[in-house]
Amino acid sequence: MIEVKNLTHIYSEDLPHQQKALEDVSFTAGDGEFVGIIGHTGSGKSTLLQHLNGLLKPKTGTIIVDGLDITDKKTSMIEVRKKVGLVFQYPEYQLFEETVAKDVAFGPKNLGLSQEEIDERVRQSITAVGLDYDAIKNMSPFELSGGQKRRVAIAGVIAMNPDVLILDEPTAGLNPKAHQDILNLVTGIHGQGNRTVILVSHNMNDIARICDRVLVMDKGRLAMNGTPKEVFAREEELKSMGLALPDAAEITSRLRKAGMNINEICLTIEEAAEEIAKVRK
Amino acid sequence: MIRDITLGQYYPGSSWIHKLDPRVKILATLLYIVALFVIHKFSGFIVAFVALEAVIIISKVPRKFIWRGLKPVLLIIAFTLLINMFMIKGEVLWQMGFLHITREGLRTAAFMGIRLVLLIIGSSMLTLTTRPIGLTDGIEALLSPFKKLGLPAHELAMMMTIALRFIPTLLEETDKIIKAQQARGADFESGNILRRAKALVPILVPLFISAFRIAQDLAMAMEARCYGGSVKRTRMNEMKMGSRDLVAALLFMVFLALIILQRVFMG
Repeated sequence: MIEVKNLTHIYSEDLPHQQKALEDVSFTAGDGEFVGIIGHTGSGKSTLLQHLNGLLKPKTGTIIVDGLDITDKKTSMIEVRKKVGLVFQYPEYQLFEETVAKDVAFGPKNLGLSQEEIDERVRQSITAVGLDYDAIKNMSPFELSGGQKRRVAIAGVIAMNPDVLILDEPTAGLNPKAHQDILNLVTGIHGQGNRTVILVSHNMNDIARICDRVLVMDKGRLAMNGTPKEVFAREEELKSMGLALPDAAEITSRLRKAGMNINEICLTIEEAAEEIAKVRK
Repeated sequence: MIRDITLGQYYPGSSWIHKLDPRVKILATLLYIVALFVIHKFSGFIVAFVALEAVIIISKVPRKFIWRGLKPVLLIIAFTLLINMFMIKGEVLWQMGFLHITREGLRTAAFMGIRLVLLIIGSSMLTLTTRPIGLTDGIEALLSPFKKLGLPAHELAMMMTIALRFIPTLLEETDKIIKAQQARGADFESGNILRRAKALVPILVPLFISAFRIAQDLAMAMEARCYGGSVKRTRMNEMKMGSRDLVAALLFMVFLALIILQRVFMG
């Protein structure tokens, strides 16, 4: 469980170009919950994520992960990183080792685990991201395809076995097939055990389909916090923040405005089809 | 944060100095440096100092900025002072063991110190008041007469422009990679030198790969827009000499004349 309380962060404080990046952000994400974060570019999403695993320190406010206060200066960062795994945007750009197995082992090694434990975790996490461990372990990460590289990078974070897994736009720049593969992988990882997963995405269809709860960031503030149905019902507000509806919600909203009697907020195309079929009967 | 590093420090402004043609400023700076070496008496430095002071006042660059540029070279200046003070032979003023300070040594040390400070501040005024793009355009224009001798003036200037343009990009990239590796538990701050050097590998390898990727993308984008070097290329902002530049050149001539007169008649 991760509890964020009154988080405020200011970049370049006391300089002429100081900027409030986060203002009084509070929320909690429970064990096993799948939380989506949406927001326009510059709304503070990335700043928020970097606070969640201690890369940035807030000006005020606290973050408590399973009872551990990670904003406390005395807290060991290794402990924090054991609990919270962060997959950056375009994570494949952080690969550096000679072989895939060595690269995935980088994180567990930094945690100071035993060699057997490291080997076991490397094997498990490479398999967990849908790659063939024996075929790929001795390959150079640089001879893989873009989608495979990204899986290896994600495996590198999963191998640290965090209680909370955060992914910043894990599907950015991938083709539709690789996009779907990565999404399936993320939902698969969420399905095993009782992990909290936090996903940042610009793709409203994905967010609507897979998240239990959606946080909306706007100008450094937490503007909304609710189930996908609650959030995507506030069409006007979202659009004023430069955000869009999922395709299904957009279609049904337009049909409603055109006079069709659809009241339900539809999150997926299947739901929308069902609702439309009901009205047309 | 690593992004706070300032390089190729330009201080934005719209002063008379800022608006001068870069070619005039580059030539004047070069000649100013030569003049500093022509001077062989302290009285000459007074002229050089007054001229520099005038430029600083007109440019409206805060002294804090100029001071910041001087800081990294303070060590070199201090070193020069000490070497000169102790190594030059002459009338001994103070002695301890094999160390001795001479009157000539002190004089030379002070002389060199002033020369170095004027040299550094003088050349930093060029970069402080000229946009990097203006600087490279100016260098290209000044080098173009040598094109006939086979000097790739345009290519050199383009390389400089690209290098300057990508400093912030690469700093941002470095920042991202450091954070990503920290998120994987990397530790860059503890351990002995060997350990710390090893800890840099996870940053350097991705950084080099990024640099090559960025370079390749840039090359492709330039080719897509038919970039072909300097051949028949025109510019959006042509450099033009104006009356302002003429006045500056005349004033600078007066300065040079003073330095030369001082050398000839007071030598």
